[in-house]
Amino acid sequence: MREYSTRQRVLWIVGGALIIIYCLFPVAWLTSLSFKAPADLTNRQFLPTEPSTENYEQILPGGSAADLFMPALRNSIGISLIATFIAVVLAMFAAYAIARLDFSGKRLILTSALAVAIFPVVSIVTPLFNLWRNIGLYDTWPGLIIPYLSLTLPLSIWTMSAFFREIPWEMEQAAQVDGATSWQAFRRVIVPLAAPGVFTTAIISFFIAWNDFVYGISLTSTSAARPVPAALSFFTGESQFVEPTGAISAAAIIVTIPVVVLVLIFQRRIVAGLTNGAVKG
Amino acid sequence: MAAITLKHINKEYGDGYAAVKDVSLDIGDGEFMILVGPSGCGKSTVLRMIVGLEDITSGDIEIGGQRVNEKAPRDRNLSMVFQNYALYPHLTVYENIAFPLRLAKTPDAQVDERVRNAADLLELEEHLERKPANLSGGQRQRVAMGRAIVREAQAFLFDEPLSNLDAKLRGQMRTEISRLQKRLGITTVYVTHDQVEAMTLGDRVAVLRKGILQQCATPRELYEQPANLFVAGFIGSPPMNFIPATVTDDGFNTPFGDVQLPGDRTAGLGDQEVVLLGARPEHFDDASVVDEAVKDRGLTFDAHVDVIEWLGNEQFAYVPYEAPEDITRQLAELERELDSEALRTQLVVALDAASRLPEGQTASLWLDLRKVHVFDPATGDNLTLVSADSAPGASEELEREAEATVERDMSDTGPADSAAAGSTPDRVDGAERPTDTTP
Repeated sequence: MREYSTRQRVLWIVGGALIIIYCLFPVAWLTSLSFKAPADLTNRQFLPTEPSTENYEQILPGGSAADLFMPALRNSIGISLIATFIAVVLAMFAAYAIARLDFSGKRLILTSALAVAIFPVVSIVTPLFNLWRNIGLYDTWPGLIIPYLSLTLPLSIWTMSAFFREIPWEMEQAAQVDGATSWQAFRRVIVPLAAPGVFTTAIISFFIAWNDFVYGISLTSTSAARPVPAALSFFTGESQFVEPTGAISAAAIIVTIPVVVLVLIFQRRIVAGLTNGAVKG
Repeated sequence: MAAITLKHINKEYGDGYAAVKDVSLDIGDGEFMILVGPSGCGKSTVLRMIVGLEDITSGDIEIGGQRVNEKAPRDRNLSMVFQNYALYPHLTVYENIAFPLRLAKTPDAQVDERVRNAADLLELEEHLERKPANLSGGQRQRVAMGRAIVREAQAFLFDEPLSNLDAKLRGQMRTEISRLQKRLGITTVYVTHDQVEAMTLGDRVAVLRKGILQQCATPRELYEQPANLFVAGFIGSPPMNFIPATVTDDGFNTPFGDVQLPGDRTAGLGDQEVVLLGARPEHFDDASVVDEAVKDRGLTFDAHVDVIEWLGNEQFAYVPYEAPEDITRQLAELERELDSEALRTQLVVALDAASRLPEGQTASLWLDLRKVHVFDPATGDNLTLVSADSAPGASEELEREAEATVERDMSDTGPADSAAAGSTPDRVDGAERPTDTTP
């Protein structure tokens, strides 16, 4: 560990504080907006003059925008979880094969996965819109899960194969000598060891699906499948002259909460180097 | 428990590299077999082929009389201790040891009993609930052994199990492994690059070089009758001295004078013009302390001692000398194969710790010619061994004779010869097993 002089330490603290303020200021403003009454919204003050939960009441069950927001929240959660689950399970097998086996076309899979991952979403959305309408996937959950997989799967394969490569091969060989089949070795030794990698991948996949807007707005038309980011754009004020800013802020805060909670729960698992002690220290 | 038989095993990797060439070994039931050699000699590959983690290119492996070439590792019922232990970090010590039993769907009560027994044997009871990450290197090593012994495996396989431990712990664990193996009486194959481990642990030691089996014999036989230059240079620390000599009508001409060797030492000598004489450091001595009775059986010569290392129980004197260039090159080649580097041709001479030979001066040294080996520099073969082999049962005879010599020396001659003859056997004696099985 390097020792810092007082001057350096002060500079570090000030720098860190600046970055934190810069990053969190919009969130803080959003929070403040969500507690403002409609009349307060444009008063150019940071704090609401009179905090109210009116915006939250509006979007939660019983409120005027609840029929827009609540189904969207349900769709977002359901679609994101399913897309994440499928991506993680498929990527686990794919990544294991890529990390452990030597087969022709391995590089092809990895590079095409990368190519798919960086393919611009907007360029696929129009053809997909037409295709989905023709085959009846438009405005359904699978209609969103499938495109989300195209985003999350390549990324999952890449992160997980990196994690699998870190696991010493001896672990698996030891399991085999101890009497395990390949499947048993995978399930009882490799998967538990790769758990931090699996969680990291799962969280990244979940965020990608959770944050998506382009697919969400283009491939849905009703609350049957419309996710929250898309639904927010359909919020309206009480009259056409009132901006729905307050309600949008409240909804944005609500959808941020699960993300923050997820990260807080799993950060220990993500950070923990679980392979400590597997081999010589 | 089972015997393991290797029949003409070959291993060739995909890129055409032959790691193991025609190795045949017969490992008896309950025997402790060591595979030893410098790095890259194929010893680990042989072990991994036995356990089934490596395919066999050609040849057969039999365990307990059954051919196992195509069997998966889990069907061979062997247990293995890996070099880096390969403990399961997400499981406690208890579950690590129980892992093979859990896979075999052993009832819980039996699992518990056997894990506790193994833990008791390895003194791991108080660590059973801990995770491997919280254990010291030695404890992890014991957990790995526990996982191996908990199952009633047909044989134990060790892949350099001690190489990650520090020197002191390595010595302790070595004794521990030896004790455990004797107690359990299970066939054991142990891979190491450390010749001390090889000598002290093994009932028999197989020396490998570049995938070829050089010699498989008891530690004593390896030390006293190395089959070739490689084995002679590999076994023993400090290693055997190789002195170039030209063959003359009545003996050999060496940088240290003309010598005549006893007949049995040169029996294999053909029409070679140049040979290498192999002499272990302890077969030299300070000429002034050598008993007159044995003095004429050796060569007394004057040499310049440039460095002396005093170790407390003995000391080593270094005597540099000039050798013909092609011999020097060959010796350097041999050194490289043994994972070391020869900077100059020199003799290493072991002296009694009490000897006060001055450093940097010319001293009078004595070499016991009865113990000298003659090697053919072209093939590396030990020409002395040929003669010993030609007489049936020669090795036992020699052994008995050697022991008798030590005893005789101890009882009636001065300290001189006993130091010369006694210092080697001392080191080997520690390693000698009561169950010495000479093939």
